[in-house]
Amino acid sequence: MNIPLFYSLRSIWQRRMTTILTLGGITLVVFVFAAVLMLANGLEETLVETGSDANVIVLRRSATTELVSQITRNSANIIKTHPEVKQLPDGKPLASTELNVIINLNKKGSNDMGNVSVRGISPEGLLLRPHLILTSGRMFTFGTNEIIVGKSLAEKFQGVELRKQLKFGDGQWTVVGFFDARGTAFESEIWGDVEQLMPAFGRPVFSVVLFQLRDPADFTSVKERIESDPRTQSSIAKREIDYYRESSQTMSMFIKILGLVVTIIFSIGATIGAMITMYAAVANRTVEIGTLRALGFRRRSILGAFLFESIVLALIGGAAGVALASLTSLIRISTINFSTFSELAFGFVLSPGIVLASLIFAVIMGILGGFLPAARAARMQIVSALRAS
Amino acid sequence: MMIEVENVSKAYHRDSIEIPVLNNISISVPEGEFLALMGPSGSGKTTLLNLIAGIDRPDNGSIVINGTDISRLNESQMARWRADNVGFVFQFYNLLPVLTAFENVELPLLLTRLSKKERRHHVESALDLVGLGDRMGHTPKQLSGGQEQRVAIARAIVTDPTVIVADEPTGDLDKVSAEEIMTLLERLNTEYRKTIVMVTHDPRAAEKAHKFMHLDKGELS
Amino acid sequence: MFVLRLVLKNALRHKLRTSLTILGIGIAVMSFGFIRTIVTAWSAGVEASAATRMITRHAVSFIFPLPLAYRDKIARIPGVDQVSYANWFGGNYKDPNDWKNFFPRLAVDDETYFDLYPEFLLSTEDVEAFKKERNACIIGAKLAREHGLKRGDLIPIDGDIYPGEWEFVVRGVYRGKDATVDETQMFFHWQYLDERVGQTQPMRVGNVGWYILNVKNPDEMARVAQEVDAFFLNSRAATKTETEKEFQQSFVSQSSAIISSLEIISIIIVGIILLVLANTIVMAARERTREHAVLKTLGFRPFHVIGLIGGESMLIAIVGGALGLALTFPVVGGFAESFPTFFPVVELQIMTILLAVAVAVFAGVAAALFPTIRTLRSRIADGLRAVA
Repeated sequence: MNIPLFYSLRSIWQRRMTTILTLGGITLVVFVFAAVLMLANGLEETLVETGSDANVIVLRRSATTELVSQITRNSANIIKTHPEVKQLPDGKPLASTELNVIINLNKKGSNDMGNVSVRGISPEGLLLRPHLILTSGRMFTFGTNEIIVGKSLAEKFQGVELRKQLKFGDGQWTVVGFFDARGTAFESEIWGDVEQLMPAFGRPVFSVVLFQLRDPADFTSVKERIESDPRTQSSIAKREIDYYRESSQTMSMFIKILGLVVTIIFSIGATIGAMITMYAAVANRTVEIGTLRALGFRRRSILGAFLFESIVLALIGGAAGVALASLTSLIRISTINFSTFSELAFGFVLSPGIVLASLIFAVIMGILGGFLPAARAARMQIVSALRAS
Repeated sequence: MMIEVENVSKAYHRDSIEIPVLNNISISVPEGEFLALMGPSGSGKTTLLNLIAGIDRPDNGSIVINGTDISRLNESQMARWRADNVGFVFQFYNLLPVLTAFENVELPLLLTRLSKKERRHHVESALDLVGLGDRMGHTPKQLSGGQEQRVAIARAIVTDPTVIVADEPTGDLDKVSAEEIMTLLERLNTEYRKTIVMVTHDPRAAEKAHKFMHLDKGELS
Repeated sequence: MFVLRLVLKNALRHKLRTSLTILGIGIAVMSFGFIRTIVTAWSAGVEASAATRMITRHAVSFIFPLPLAYRDKIARIPGVDQVSYANWFGGNYKDPNDWKNFFPRLAVDDETYFDLYPEFLLSTEDVEAFKKERNACIIGAKLAREHGLKRGDLIPIDGDIYPGEWEFVVRGVYRGKDATVDETQMFFHWQYLDERVGQTQPMRVGNVGWYILNVKNPDEMARVAQEVDAFFLNSRAATKTETEKEFQQSFVSQSSAIISSLEIISIIIVGIILLVLANTIVMAARERTREHAVLKTLGFRPFHVIGLIGGESMLIAIVGGALGLALTFPVVGGFAESFPTFFPVVELQIMTILLAVAVAVFAGVAAALFPTIRTLRSRIADGLRAVA
């Protein structure tokens, strides 16, 4: 015989104040849990989408990031001629020799400066990133000091406007367009002609070579070829996707660990709050419990009823927490990527997996918080329960 | 007159509904009287008792006790007045469960300027009077219903109040204990000249009183 | 006195509930202290900056080098007391994906660097030994401890900014003057770096990462900065000179989003403390509605009753807070040992302790707020009728 559900639900309603307080605690904890997962997810999405699985990036072997990588012109030319590199209709290889450096720009609204990534590309560089779209102005002309700027930068730094000039390196650079890169890391970059930027920064070598595979399955053979060729053996080839995933590892790991520690601590607090409320609920309804038992309801049903209440409470708090967390998707975070040293903008991204995980987490808190009190309720002796008042 | 209730009305407000409880009541209680207020449920007798004890305020009219119009006092003054003048005995004893019998009886004395020794003296006298001198260190859990009520009575008299107010003092007791309590109250009235106003349903309890008043639907009948 | 005794007895009435509440508050206070410690550790570099040290770097960004030739010119600017220089070497030590292997590796001018950083304490024997060998290096005591390195050990580095296989031999270990000093750095001879670069990439010789200046008079710092930058304004490599504090701050402020999130989290923690405590106090007050009414009947004033409610709330809050503080110490200690190079300086500051106490007190007061208002507003007669 099961205790009617409305009994449990009615009891929750009667103790509104303490119920609200307990709910508040659970909501907060689930909010933090979901927000952290969303943040790590957002970071990963930004960085992983930045790469394409048809592209290969070649860096210097010991370089963990483009910034410290060096590829000579010779090496670049050799790499571009490999058969696995896709060819454009006119016979040229679909490959871009690129430079990556950091400059400082003044942030809007404060005296601080921020690190900004500047990327020199070859004309093929655009073709290798088809998801990049100009949102205003036009593409820069190769051979000139024109640049295009990721739209995140326009919002955050001073003096970044169309037809205005930015001063860095050895000259003035005119902003001729803004671009959108679907939320990927490129949106925090400035792009220009690599052959203009190299001498401006006094760099005689490229940072990396990026090319597209004729056939994605060719990756292993071209990697082997590059790394065993004595002329290019100081280089390493990676799938672009893997490169970006690795560069986000440290940050992602840091956020996840910090978030996990914080959430664990919070959830202990919320579970304790839930326990206190449930214990009180049990104590207050001693006579009711005795009566129900006297009427014939079994211990199991009592246990079930209290656990059910606890879980319902947790689910409501969990749903509220997830709802609150989904509001964070309106926030964009910008912070320094520990690996590449440049500023990276990303946001909170919700996924069905995160919603599910958060609700399950809430339910677990409800079960943990409610279990011991429910067990106490079930264990009560009918006679002593009836006598208590 | 010890107690003069004049043209008193009182209504309760539940949500937005007004429920009249007392309707233009006037009563007089001379000093040394033992009065029983009786009537059916909802007749307003407990409300009247609360007004006399100073724990509630009338909507209209005045209540003068031993020369003081308590309906004119503010909260703070009422509290002081209660401490000095009223001893209350409840149906469910209302002892503080974490305190011993001694400490419960001592409670009202903490509001006075008496020294610890003086307080001890009063508490012991009160507990002796109710016949519980040997149970001073017990907590309410360790006492029977009748004993608890006796401790409550000791608490009610320890400040030597002018009026003792009792709300169904025997309502929760068995026949024997009820008898003991009523005998005690009677003693307080006849030997110690305490004015007692008591609300009760119990005819046996009512027997000990000297004067009776019936209330019905907020009016004397 | 009496109220205190009653408060204590009331709290002990429901031992389980009171202990759970204390535990909940303790854990929350501990996490508050812990998170604040992370936040302060983040800016530890900023705080440790010396009052009269300045950094001169390439105006475009710190990744571009400055010519060595600038040294003498900077030294001649009036107000500049001493000049030294350093290069960020970088490179990979063992597995670069294990963050435990990250620590600052700098090529420095051995004549002057340690004069400008007096907080790195070195014995004269160490300094002598260091100067004698080309590829000698000096490491911090915490670094030595973390990686089990001692004098005579070899440190192999796979260079990235400066490609090639490098090997350094430990010839000295420095200690920090106090707990705020970073003991995880490694220093070697700039000469050695320049020599090897000359052999492999001759175009890069004679280049310095940044200059460190010591100014005689702190009031002169703004002027000196301006003069240095003005001097090199139209040169090939323009400079940006700022105080060491500003330099460190510019790195910290880039992670400001993370720091802000941590601060927001610590505020949420305060909220949780409040909820857990308020939950218990509301329950306790409700149970004692009738008792409080009885006390009022006896003549106790509202403020006595508030004292009981507030007293119990404060008692639990303070005991919970004390527990939390006690737990914070070992947690902070464990954290300091786990990320030695990311957070080289971790200490539980007095301010954090004071804040934690303030939070507990605030919670004690706030949790009692609603029950207090309720009891002030309630009528005695209703209170007497209440069923707990």
